[in-house]
Amino acid sequence: MSENIVEVNNLKVYFEMSDGLFSNIFSKDKKVTKAVDGVDLSIKKGEIVSLVGESGSGKTTTGRAILQLVEKTEGEILFDGKPIEVNDKNYMKKFRQRAQMIFQDPYQALNPRDMIIDIVAEPLEVNGLISYEKEKKEKVIEALEWAGLKPAEDYLYRYPHELSGGQRQRVAIAGAIILNPDFIVADEPVSMLDASIRAGILKLMVKSRDEKGISYLFITHDLSLAWLISDRIAIMYLGRIVEMGSSELIVGSCLHPYSKALISVLPFPRVRKNKTRTILQGETPSAANIPSGCRFHPRCPIAQEICKEKEPVLKGIDKDHFVACHFV
Amino acid sequence: MENIQKEARKRKVKNFLNTFKGSKMGMTGAIILGIFIIVAVIGPIVYKYDPMDFGSGADVFNPPSMKHLLGTDDMGRDVLGALMAGSGISLTVGILATIISMILGATIGVVSGYYGGKIDAFLMRLTDVFLVLPWLPLMLVLAAILGSSIWNIILVIGLTGWASTARVVRAQTLSIKERQFIERAKAIGASSGHIMFKHILPNVFPLIFANTILVSAEAILSETTLSFLGMGDSLHPSWGMMLHYAFESGAASIGAYWFLLPPGICVILVVLSFTFLGYAFDELLNPKLKGR
Amino acid sequence: MSLLEVKNLKTYFHIKAGVVKAVDGVSFTLDEGKAIGLVGESGCGKTTTALSIMKLLPPEGRIEGGEILFDGVNLVNESDEEIRKKRWKDISLIFQGAMNAFNPVIRVGEQIIEAIRIHEDVSYDEARKRAGELFELVEIKKDLIDRYPHEFSGGMKQRAMIAMALACNPKLVIGDEPTTALDVMIQAQILDLLERLRKEMKMSMILITHDLSVMAETCDYVAVMYAGKIMEIGKVEKVLENPLHPYTDKLIKAFPDIHGEKVMVESIPGVPPNLIDPPSGCRFHDRCHCAMEICKIKEPEIIQIEDDHKVACHLRGNCHE
Repeated sequence: MSENIVEVNNLKVYFEMSDGLFSNIFSKDKKVTKAVDGVDLSIKKGEIVSLVGESGSGKTTTGRAILQLVEKTEGEILFDGKPIEVNDKNYMKKFRQRAQMIFQDPYQALNPRDMIIDIVAEPLEVNGLISYEKEKKEKVIEALEWAGLKPAEDYLYRYPHELSGGQRQRVAIAGAIILNPDFIVADEPVSMLDASIRAGILKLMVKSRDEKGISYLFITHDLSLAWLISDRIAIMYLGRIVEMGSSELIVGSCLHPYSKALISVLPFPRVRKNKTRTILQGETPSAANIPSGCRFHPRCPIAQEICKEKEPVLKGIDKDHFVACHFV
Repeated sequence: MENIQKEARKRKVKNFLNTFKGSKMGMTGAIILGIFIIVAVIGPIVYKYDPMDFGSGADVFNPPSMKHLLGTDDMGRDVLGALMAGSGISLTVGILATIISMILGATIGVVSGYYGGKIDAFLMRLTDVFLVLPWLPLMLVLAAILGSSIWNIILVIGLTGWASTARVVRAQTLSIKERQFIERAKAIGASSGHIMFKHILPNVFPLIFANTILVSAEAILSETTLSFLGMGDSLHPSWGMMLHYAFESGAASIGAYWFLLPPGICVILVVLSFTFLGYAFDELLNPKLKGR
Repeated sequence: MSLLEVKNLKTYFHIKAGVVKAVDGVSFTLDEGKAIGLVGESGCGKTTTALSIMKLLPPEGRIEGGEILFDGVNLVNESDEEIRKKRWKDISLIFQGAMNAFNPVIRVGEQIIEAIRIHEDVSYDEARKRAGELFELVEIKKDLIDRYPHEFSGGMKQRAMIAMALACNPKLVIGDEPTTALDVMIQAQILDLLERLRKEMKMSMILITHDLSVMAETCDYVAVMYAGKIMEIGKVEKVLENPLHPYTDKLIKAFPDIHGEKVMVESIPGVPPNLIDPPSGCRFHDRCHCAMEICKIKEPEIIQIEDDHKVACHLRGNCHE
């Protein structure tokens, strides 16, 4: 038993790109997209850790790799202290019951032809956890009500297209929680919902951690939401973590130039009064063409010669504060 | 609470039927097919037909009369009766063969699309072979080898008609496979079989259904062709067999149009009705898919 | 005289299920060089309002009432021919999702040149030179005008979209969620660019967004829309610092403020109303925590509470937690 529910060491997920039939036959180098390029992360039991980054940062791929929905190229993933035995069918069955996922698009994540009761009960049925028909209904009602859909009976026999986005996401969460997992990867669970509905879903996630001890990896591009609900935040750029620490620390006193730029640029619902923004030039490069040395150097306001040559390692500044930069 | 479920189902069926009624093509197809099905089922009960009743020698090739509404055939048998009995045979063969085709085609399509890789490559090459082989010579050869019993005919048509369905189902599977609820199913621990048959197949079903209707039309035509060429089961005379006898016995040169035309017209009408139904279902089921 | 005056605009959609009152009596004015944000959630009518101004409604949509006075001329009564001339030259649109706005098989530069030459009598070379200048204006390398849309990244496409919208030096630019789906950093770049260009070219802008924070960065005025109506309208500082309408208040509280206290965001219970059969009285009453009896019966009118700050609420800003 370890205190970490998930531990990731030097995780790498590379994808081979095919450039078309002829280049496959005739060229020797295949283009490789290094979506995740050396990530170290640990999530304690009962903790909510956010993985924050823009598109191309590798945050979504990291989450999927931990849940074995995408094959890792290198590195180690430990679940509850032990490596994940991908080839052991029994192990994987139990793993899937203990590690769940909530998806970004509530319109795509539910089978449009299934009734709500079947969608929510499916995790139980697939794992042989229901013995009789009445039990199925009872458990689904319990899960739906816990997820805030009351009265649950009204929702049981409806179809996803009859529900709103927020309601669908609650159904999805009910389906994830019903197995009583230890760990959930939430991949941008509220980014497709209206702002006024987000709070409900976020509160549900926090409630599940408070009441059931479920740990979360919260993947998001929205640093302010990450700040709101997580204990720790890890900021990713082009496949690596550039800074990691408690949410207060990251938002209040982050050190990495990328983190600082992100914070300065974050919009908030007040008229900005003289706060200077560090707007970075250009865009995140493609993961198939990662810059040499520190991958952030082409856009970094404080880049020097060493940054073009040597890649900085994530090192501890303080207890629980890690930064990957030569100048910190 | 089960009442809510029943109510929901009733609503769905009602909606569907209402929209269907709005489609002229669909209604025409349904009516024509309905008439043939009723005739096939009730006909033999109401209108007695005895294939062994050759009448007297003079009854051969009689034009339509009060006694024989569509005249008599080359052996003095009542054409109308034969037509009605034939409808049952033709329809049954068509539908059973279609069921075999659809099950084969859908399964191969889903498995191929879902697994991809070598399985997909192998199954698709197999499909290509069946698509490319000229079906008529293939069926004739198979029928000649296996014999002309009605069950062999059903089998033969079924085994040669699945390829286009497999292609279409595979294409749809490829696109559904990428949707997030499939990823969710994997995440909750569902097996591949469960995902293929509980998630992908129901979502491909509207496509399969519309396709089935068109394949049925093809199956009936195939059976008619086989029988016409003499490979039919003489114990179960379908419309194709009637056409076969008509040509064999020289009905054309005698001018016995009452024997020659009706079976052909019936085949055309039935195939047309299936086609109309197919179009109507395509229209109906597609916008619904889009709406969802 | 204001550049744009929308008076009691009503746009309805005629669909099989009934008549959707998507925009039901919307009024606002916009002066030259100013920017107003139309803020609201899905289905509030903000995009329909913009499409009505450009008269780009789908066949089911019809302007059923009100006036749209642009430079004194009522666009509602103008013929299609007249509107076509005004489109892009006087009023242009930055579409949501630039991916949809570009023809994938035509080079980007060509599409901008096309826009210029439809409205102005210039030679091909002249227009091409202008296209290059426009690219530089939006900070894209001039030689990229000969590339195809798929060769542009998301941020670059959005800049190209802005270049296209500015091609004919319009007086008014309507941005329909121009930064949704863009990364935070690129969003900041684009908003910054829009601000700069707007000031340099003295353009007016209508910014449509569901994101209150984005609107706060760029607009002078804001109109908060809900269920086809304007709930609150006024100068951005005033509305954000002192929201008078309970919906505005809740909407502001739905966005976390990292410079403030770490307070959990709020949500609004319920769902927006059905616009075929909108609720009686105030359209927000069934989700409003301050609703009184009168709110269910009588629709509130827009009243001025202070300078540059109006609200449509019976409580006149006295709704407190």
